[in-house]
Amino acid sequence: MAALIETRDLTLHFGGLRAVDGVDFTLNAGEIHALIGPNGAGKTTFVSLLSGRRLPQSGAILLNGEDITRLPAHLRVRKGIAYTFQITSIFPRLSVFDNVALAVQSCGAKGLAAQTRAALARVGLVGLEEQEAQTLSYGHQRLLELAMGLALKPRLLILDEPTQGLAASEIEGFKALVQSLVPETTVLLIEHNMDVVMDIATRITVLNFGQVLASGTPEAIRANPAVQEAYLGA
Amino acid sequence: MKVWALHLALIIALAVALAVLPPYPATTLARILVLAVFAMGYNLAFGYTGLLSLGHALFLAAGVFAAGLSAQFWGLSAGPALLLGVAAGGLVAAAVGLLALRTAGVSFMIVTLMFAQAGYLTVLYFGTITGGDEGFNLPAASRTVFGFDLSTDTPRFVAALVLFAVGLLASLALVRSSFGRSMVAMRENEERSRMLGINPFAVKLAALVLSGLYAGAAGAAYALLFGYAGANFATIQYSILPMLYVLLGGAGTTIGPFLGALLMFGLIEVTSRMARLWPVLEGMDYFLIGAALVVLVLFAPRGILGTLRERGLKWLP
Repeated sequence: MAALIETRDLTLHFGGLRAVDGVDFTLNAGEIHALIGPNGAGKTTFVSLLSGRRLPQSGAILLNGEDITRLPAHLRVRKGIAYTFQITSIFPRLSVFDNVALAVQSCGAKGLAAQTRAALARVGLVGLEEQEAQTLSYGHQRLLELAMGLALKPRLLILDEPTQGLAASEIEGFKALVQSLVPETTVLLIEHNMDVVMDIATRITVLNFGQVLASGTPEAIRANPAVQEAYLGA
Repeated sequence: MKVWALHLALIIALAVALAVLPPYPATTLARILVLAVFAMGYNLAFGYTGLLSLGHALFLAAGVFAAGLSAQFWGLSAGPALLLGVAAGGLVAAAVGLLALRTAGVSFMIVTLMFAQAGYLTVLYFGTITGGDEGFNLPAASRTVFGFDLSTDTPRFVAALVLFAVGLLASLALVRSSFGRSMVAMRENEERSRMLGINPFAVKLAALVLSGLYAGAAGAAYALLFGYAGANFATIQYSILPMLYVLLGGAGTTIGPFLGALLMFGLIEVTSRMARLWPVLEGMDYFLIGAALVVLVLFAPRGILGTLRERGLKWLP
């Protein structure tokens, strides 16, 4: 399989804190790749480097072999890297429609209304277009966040703890949705809910203290003694 | 449909008012219309894009002097002088924006204020050309457009109304466009916008330049219609006024800047009349205006139209 994203020796320290410490990582096109690890392991910082929200101190990030290490975030989005926020970050005072339309129009405004409605339909938010986003329930706001990511038609969709705060029934719908995205879209998922990870991930990378502890299939990760000690607490 | 009808109705109502009012109040209304254009430009930056500038006097003055000086020294007539004023407002806004937009929030306020003060001092420094504090009267010959004399009532009112109408309809079209949505996205959540592939710097710069074009047009029109250019247009007062108009009428509403300018003029008129009746109020007109603004901020912080929009008129643009 072809690598969509590769990082080489990627590093970002905050003072003495080694948030991301020499990470070599490969993301294959078309997979659902879960990034797990204890709190503070550097997961969110690592995906911030991929999405361009932060710049690394050293190392390189390649997208399809092209060096994007220093590319500004909004240009990475246009190259197909979409990021959905861990803490829901929508435009609270804009309508649901406008929230998604902002994503659609940044990749060309053709068929704006139709594409916006299609993205909303995909996450099941039909009929709420004119509602102000801040009046949505939390679960619906998470879905709106996801719709904004999908509306970018990304090659890589980075989901930062997407199921946090969702009800069990909503999680089932979410899993089906993510599985329907591949292989056209590659998914990188930070997730604490191990049931979700084991159900949908095709590969898992474990971070600990900013370093890659292990990487492999769900079965291999489950059986890995170092992972068990550091994280799974088996 | 309803939205466009509302805006056209306002323009028609203003045309009627200009036609039937006696010359003095009609001239005041023409002044209000020109200053409302300035405020509409301010509103694009502040009300929609969230750029709180304290330097818009500089863009206004760029229009005033581009039109005034080109009329004075090159003998340009009103049409080309107005276009030059519009261009000057936009260019100065672009130059300021390139530097000032590296900052945000309070720093942006201070940097724009500094640029405007530097502009004011520059006008004074070149007093032999700009007329300094005293300013200068525009040559009568330059105040004509298509053969009409802008120093007479009817052409002046028509010119003010046309400028206002174009500014109003353009700002309505703009805020309802995709770009208008991007501007609001800057105000609401810039970081999220970046992660949707929008370049915040480019959007904010474009909004500021548009705002500068409006200010330049208003400044040039003010000079050409009322025949005077002077350093007072570059003072901090002219950076504060559009902000007050916009806050009073409703930031982020298309008609708010006009409504705010109209009410502020009305408020000044009422307080100065009261001062004539009751001498004890002499010199307190600005105090009363200040009090009115405090009441506004306390009870209707979104301005008049912003409050109406919140209370049910959700379709107001």
